[in-house]
Amino acid sequence: MLAEIQRLARPMRLMEVCGTHTTAICLSGIRGMLPPEIELVSGPGCPVCVTPNCYIDQAIAYCKLPGMIVASFGDMLKVPGTASSLAREKEAGVNVRVVYSPLDAVQLAVDNPLYRVVFLAVGFETTAPAVAAAILTAVKKGLRNFFVLSSHKQVPPALRVLLALPETKLDGFLLPGHVCMITGLAPYAFLPVEYHKPAVVTGFGALDILRAIMLIMMQVSGVAETRLENAYPSVVRPDGNPVAQQMLEVVFEPDDSEWRGLGVIAASGLRLRREYQDYNAEYNLPVAVAESREPEGCRCGDVLRGFVQPPACSLFGKACLPVQPIGACMVSAEGACAAWYRYGQGRWLA
Amino acid sequence: MNDFIRLGHGSGGKLSHDLISAILLPAFANTILNEGHDAARFTIQGANLAFTTDSFVVKPLFFPGGDIGRLAVCGTVNDLAVSGAEPLYISASFVLETGFPLADLQKIVNSMAATAREAGVLIVTGDTKVVEKGAVDGIFINTAGLGRLITGVDIKPVNAAPGQDIIVSGSLGEHALAVMRERHGLKFPGEVISDCAPLNSLISELLVAVPQVAVMRDPTRGGLATTLNEIASQANVGILLEEELIPVNPTVCAICQIFGYDPLYLANEGKLILFVESSFSEKTLATLHRHPLGRGARKIGQVTAEHRGLVGLRTAIGGIRLLDMLADDQLPRIC
Repeated sequence: MLAEIQRLARPMRLMEVCGTHTTAICLSGIRGMLPPEIELVSGPGCPVCVTPNCYIDQAIAYCKLPGMIVASFGDMLKVPGTASSLAREKEAGVNVRVVYSPLDAVQLAVDNPLYRVVFLAVGFETTAPAVAAAILTAVKKGLRNFFVLSSHKQVPPALRVLLALPETKLDGFLLPGHVCMITGLAPYAFLPVEYHKPAVVTGFGALDILRAIMLIMMQVSGVAETRLENAYPSVVRPDGNPVAQQMLEVVFEPDDSEWRGLGVIAASGLRLRREYQDYNAEYNLPVAVAESREPEGCRCGDVLRGFVQPPACSLFGKACLPVQPIGACMVSAEGACAAWYRYGQGRWLA
Repeated sequence: MNDFIRLGHGSGGKLSHDLISAILLPAFANTILNEGHDAARFTIQGANLAFTTDSFVVKPLFFPGGDIGRLAVCGTVNDLAVSGAEPLYISASFVLETGFPLADLQKIVNSMAATAREAGVLIVTGDTKVVEKGAVDGIFINTAGLGRLITGVDIKPVNAAPGQDIIVSGSLGEHALAVMRERHGLKFPGEVISDCAPLNSLISELLVAVPQVAVMRDPTRGGLATTLNEIASQANVGILLEEELIPVNPTVCAICQIFGYDPLYLANEGKLILFVESSFSEKTLATLHRHPLGRGARKIGQVTAEHRGLVGLRTAIGGIRLLDMLADDQLPRIC
């Protein structure tokens, strides 16, 4: 495979949309094995990274209200908001709980009837069905103290925005296997059809990724036709997971959503349908939040748009470190800056 | 450094390292402390001694394969043993919260006594303090240990040098996952039991057979990766590990993949890492394999003259990546 990659090598920029791919690439040392003409750039596929500061600020405002428990996946805790992070607030004594599944948050509400539990629902189509299931469970249990602050996002509208940007010079896409496992392939068909960009759905093993890179290179170099290819058929069915899709459809509807680095993108988010408004934190628990702003000098937005690699940010590895992140991309296990730093792309390879 | 203590300062990773380097070491600096070993080594009236202390605040107090009492004895015994000492005496201090069940205290104390017998050490002094409910989490235990340095061995982190092999005594990550499972109520198939065990008999047999062992550490908080980073930095050497050679139990591996943990950063309480000149590797492995606690011993990498201060990992597909110090506590990822 490496010989074939070597043979097909010519200058090209490929985007791995999914943060888990970014991590796997850094984790397996793939970047160092590729010919130097092949540039792999990260995309807006880390759920924590694309969640804007105003969401974090709102979550922090919730956790400071009396009688409140804020439940979150662990990654979110360390993301800096405008003035603080959930981790700092937790250390200062507010009631923030790390949960491993949205159903754990429902259980928190059951176990703490005198508290209101707000679950921070972030992530793409992979996590949204589990949140939908949690809401349906809350309905079944008749819970009135469980709420969801939804910042769920869908990947395809963000890719359209990216491709419309003049600075974006991408030759192909590695598409997220976990998301496509839910959505199926259809939402990504526009990439080769409308933009003539090779797109390959792939898994997360090092060999899966290397093979996907080779398949994209074959399309870019004309050895194969430009198309949407499923290189992860053992997990991704062309029509996805209809049960999960239906659950999403029942509970959520598309909504405009703000992305870090990309701004507000029409119909790129998921909000609770009117029938489930009782579980909508924003609707039921109004809270005052001061104006949010991004940290000075931070280039997370440029990293998420694939404009630059993490070391191009002047804060990377200096003021912004995994142990004390300034930008969201240095926080999450799936964040591009965190993966570059942790696995030494700018250090061991230097 | 932040202007207040965070939980990560106790993770055993980068934050702990920074806290110690920035605040504790400059204040207490002396030649014995500066050696940076798990135990202090010094001589009193001709006796070569090792001395160490540790505090235990684990939650939950009881977990598959152990409890806070067993952990307290093993932790101190192992810190002495990896410094090349024969552990002899231990102290035990308890900080107890009002309302803590006496039955639990009895269980913990019995476990400490049994573990001390197993390790062949005596608990010779101690202390008890009681604080109001909420001031501590049930029970905290502090132990200190005194041991006699084994003649003819010289084990310290700065002994690491190019040409040495790195050997680990068995599979990694079991203690951390056993505790996390209980703490967070994680549901996963398969059994994971803490490896919590006193390593002194394994180490004393090894040092009789291979007194040339240059460096030994037990990879507790921060795991293998953080421990090796400390050694690479202290000795100013590079380290290159081979991913395919590092033993990780398949259940631990599967759970780590699900939750996004890296087993190389997970705490162990009954594992040994050692550095030895490569010509002694075979003999070292053969000796370790004869002991029940060393059956899974493997050579996992080498010390290099390149990339000084850094630890690299050759991945299963042949790429190389950095294996940095643990930045902070590992948290479950989203997807």
